Amino acid sequence: MTEITPPKITPQIIAEHGLTAEEYQRVLEILGRDPNITELGIFSVMWSEHCSYKSSKKWLKTLPTSAPWVIQGPGENAGVIDIGDGLTAVFKMESHNHPSFIEPYQGAATGVGGILRDVFTMGARPVANLNALRFGAPDHPRTRHLISGVVAGIGGYGNCVGVPTVGGEVNFHPDYNGNILVNAMTVGIAPADRIFYSKASGVGNPVVYVGSKTGRDGIHGATMASAEFNADSEEKRPTVQVGDSFTEKLLIEACLELMATDVIVAIQDMGAAGLTSSSFEMASKGGLGVELTLDRVPMREEGMTPYELMLSESQERMLMVLEPGKEPVAEAIFRKWGLDFAVIGHLTDTGRMVLTWYGETVADLPIDPLAEAAPEYDRPWEPTPPQAVVAAADVPEVPWTEALPALMGSPDVASRRWIWEQYDHMVMGDTVQRPGGDAAVVRIHGSERGLAMTTDCTPRYVRADPVMGGRQAVAEAWRNLTAAGARPLAVTDNMNFGNPEKPLIMGQFVGACQGLAEACRALDFPVVSGNVSLYNETEGRAIPPTPTIGGVGVIDDLDRMATVAFKAPGEAIVVIGERPDTRESGWLGQSLYLREVCGREEGAPPPVDLEHERRVGDLVRGLIQTGRVTACHDVSDGGLLVAVAEMALAGDMGATLTLAAPSAAALFGEDQGRYVVTVPADAVTGLLAELGALARHIGETGGTGPDAAITMGGAEVTLADLRAAHEGWLPGVMG
Amino acid sequence: MSKISCGVIHRDMLTRPCSSRACQPSQGGDRRADPRYTRRHSVSPDPSRAPPVKSAVIVFPGSNCDRDVAVSLEQTTGRPPVMHWHGDPDLPADLDLIVVPGGFSYGDYLRCGAMAAHAAAMTGVRKAAERGVAVLGICNGFQVLCEAGLLPGALIRNRDLRFVCKDVHLRVETTDTIFTGHYAPGQVIRIPIAHHDGNYVADLPTQCMLEDEDRIAFRYCDPGGKTTDAANPNGSLDHIAGILSEERTVLGLMPHPERLADPRLGGTDGRPLFASLLEALS
Repeated sequence: MTEITPPKITPQIIAEHGLTAEEYQRVLEILGRDPNITELGIFSVMWSEHCSYKSSKKWLKTLPTSAPWVIQGPGENAGVIDIGDGLTAVFKMESHNHPSFIEPYQGAATGVGGILRDVFTMGARPVANLNALRFGAPDHPRTRHLISGVVAGIGGYGNCVGVPTVGGEVNFHPDYNGNILVNAMTVGIAPADRIFYSKASGVGNPVVYVGSKTGRDGIHGATMASAEFNADSEEKRPTVQVGDSFTEKLLIEACLELMATDVIVAIQDMGAAGLTSSSFEMASKGGLGVELTLDRVPMREEGMTPYELMLSESQERMLMVLEPGKEPVAEAIFRKWGLDFAVIGHLTDTGRMVLTWYGETVADLPIDPLAEAAPEYDRPWEPTPPQAVVAAADVPEVPWTEALPALMGSPDVASRRWIWEQYDHMVMGDTVQRPGGDAAVVRIHGSERGLAMTTDCTPRYVRADPVMGGRQAVAEAWRNLTAAGARPLAVTDNMNFGNPEKPLIMGQFVGACQGLAEACRALDFPVVSGNVSLYNETEGRAIPPTPTIGGVGVIDDLDRMATVAFKAPGEAIVVIGERPDTRESGWLGQSLYLREVCGREEGAPPPVDLEHERRVGDLVRGLIQTGRVTACHDVSDGGLLVAVAEMALAGDMGATLTLAAPSAAALFGEDQGRYVVTVPADAVTGLLAELGALARHIGETGGTGPDAAITMGGAEVTLADLRAAHEGWLPGVMG
Repeated sequence: MSKISCGVIHRDMLTRPCSSRACQPSQGGDRRADPRYTRRHSVSPDPSRAPPVKSAVIVFPGSNCDRDVAVSLEQTTGRPPVMHWHGDPDLPADLDLIVVPGGFSYGDYLRCGAMAAHAAAMTGVRKAAERGVAVLGICNGFQVLCEAGLLPGALIRNRDLRFVCKDVHLRVETTDTIFTGHYAPGQVIRIPIAHHDGNYVADLPTQCMLEDEDRIAFRYCDPGGKTTDAANPNGSLDHIAGILSEERTVLGLMPHPERLADPRLGGTDGRPLFASLLEALS
């Protein structure tokens, strides 16, 4: 065995573990003695922001989390919703921002691995991955390296495990230069009667370790993710975990095979804070104790210490509690898949976590007091000062024939094909709506029903007005699902913010939570899982607040699914959801037109009227579900004309618009709650009569081949030019 | 086109096979004249009397298109394939077809397909192939068959070094096979690819042999059927997307026909491949 020389606990060691003096005092009170280094390490990770949500918990509690179809809300590895036919959708989104900035390939890859495990731990077969990425300025010297590493890492992992990466979003802004965001989401499907949870039960039941061996990688990852970056962050590269997607694939198959038997009592993946948090959470939820024999943990290298074993974030590992005597059943399955399997302990009724190392007790901690005494802060916060509304009259009028190609080729609108073609988005043979539309749609295997999914957030809106921006993120996810014809059911949220110890940043978080809660409530779109990533700052500069929303909905009949592409010439183009009072004025504050064409990033963001949003969305979904529209696209970044152009490019078919002398605000304003649809020519009169002021007929589809164009008021822009701008931008940046 | 030469400069090696003596297979002669290689396998059976086709899919650790191809096989043959575990050298008797599926067998560590080529199950596949059982290798399966020596050449990293997943166009180069009888000669079809290592390479004599023996099953092309560098997604030699064994009973191809064999997924150009097999093997 290895001789351990325990280091003395000094104030410096305490500080290195990210504990404040006050928090350390609490440790002393709980233990009634000084902790040893292993115990200090355990306190440090369990009380880190990443694991304890100490700054955010108070506000997360305000989010609506229930609905008749919610089976499991936040608090488990992932959220679970009922999708009918005895099936559930299991999903969650999680950030891997700090690791991806330091080591983009491994950081992003292990982000995908971690979120996959969260989902199959619950008994679900993962059926889709999505990712929401935020990079710095395209011309920043690091951006290309980061994009190429992150995309290769997401692809490298997802492609190998054989789960299609079907959707997501990407934004660019200089304020992400020093702190990119990598938010990965996985959606899985599980039978409603076979969901697995992490709550341990049964004193004496064996605690089993499966998957990869434990190495020294990722020690203190959770602590790193709970601190700001500085110039020395490069030195933290060794704290980034290394992924092995091949082992993950085996782990998925082995776990699902075992889950088909009746031997698992509880299961938890080893994510952040590895063995510590998994064993702790399982025992804590069950109100039990746990005793682990650490020398039985499969180890990758010699000379590892209990401290390292407990804090390692080696990937592709799981902890399970089995029915007594069923170890051989489980072991046979894991051996068949070539994975490690070890009984490393058992549950006790002591309420304590006892760790032994070759017969010697190396840690003895009370579980409940440690969990209950986890710090929870009500941090001071200040609201974001309101921004002035930008008057359309103060914004220069650039001819649409110049503004449209500029917007189509701008960083936040340009095609992401260069990215998603590096992701296998078709494996599993059920991808019925590939990347590039409003929502990705995956067929529920063996049925004619589909799951629609999307990720959304408009950080520039959130920064200008966190409440409105928070609402908008939820509303846009809901709208994207609706535009595919899906019934939106629930969301997962990934809250990316700066340092919560700064009142203005904390105010962004509080405001965004308020906006999220309002929208989730109004749209019956509860939060079932999520993740908080704070301290996204470098050298004191915070990222734009980015509460990413991952939405999931159901399409009950895939024959009634909508796509954005124009389908046939001579069809009527109709915009639905305009408010008569703003139809001609248009909202330019925080619009891409203002930023990309006029070089101004300012103003209040477009308001989101949730009642209007709901009414219009329900109406549009009804039209899709009754087969009355032939294409549908929501209006978002870039406004109405960009939406029409995207539909034209997707269908490779032009359009003639009949708008009379439209202003830039009318064409490019980003008023919310709007959709563009196409309907057969003979159906338009009836539709307009039915919808009244909510609908406006704005033109006709038509024109294919090299001359296809968008035509309006005697001017035109060819689809070839629009496509060159739209498809050319990202490959141009990446070289 | 590839700028390679075997002593004779060919103006267009894509359409005119190499006829240099140096490139002739050792047996010499044009194999297309040999009835052994030109027989039509796709005789029309009476479906009511045809025995069901028995197929197997080899499952390696890391295979991930095994289920996808099983779905296509079941849809075509009406019978689910046997999912055969990699560690078992004894394949079921009376198999008509073996599929080596796509994925990342053994993580594709070492080299794509290299470890799978030495799996126990491959002993059985090799024996079956020698008996004339049809073998179809898709994507990683193609890489495995090359590594196992059942097909010539190798697949190396894509020209631009990136994984690529998209629909490509293929030209059907021969219909004289049990795999392609339901396509028309020269037909252009749309099939997805998804790989990091699909860049087919072979030495010049092998290339000429494949050409001379009509063993190139598919070439990457543009929607009009022209082979161009822009339409070649991975830099493959001579735009090769799929090749046949000498006996024409083994096909390896990088594109995934099983991914576009269902109208719900946006196309059915992959279906005739499975239909050809069904007819030929029934």
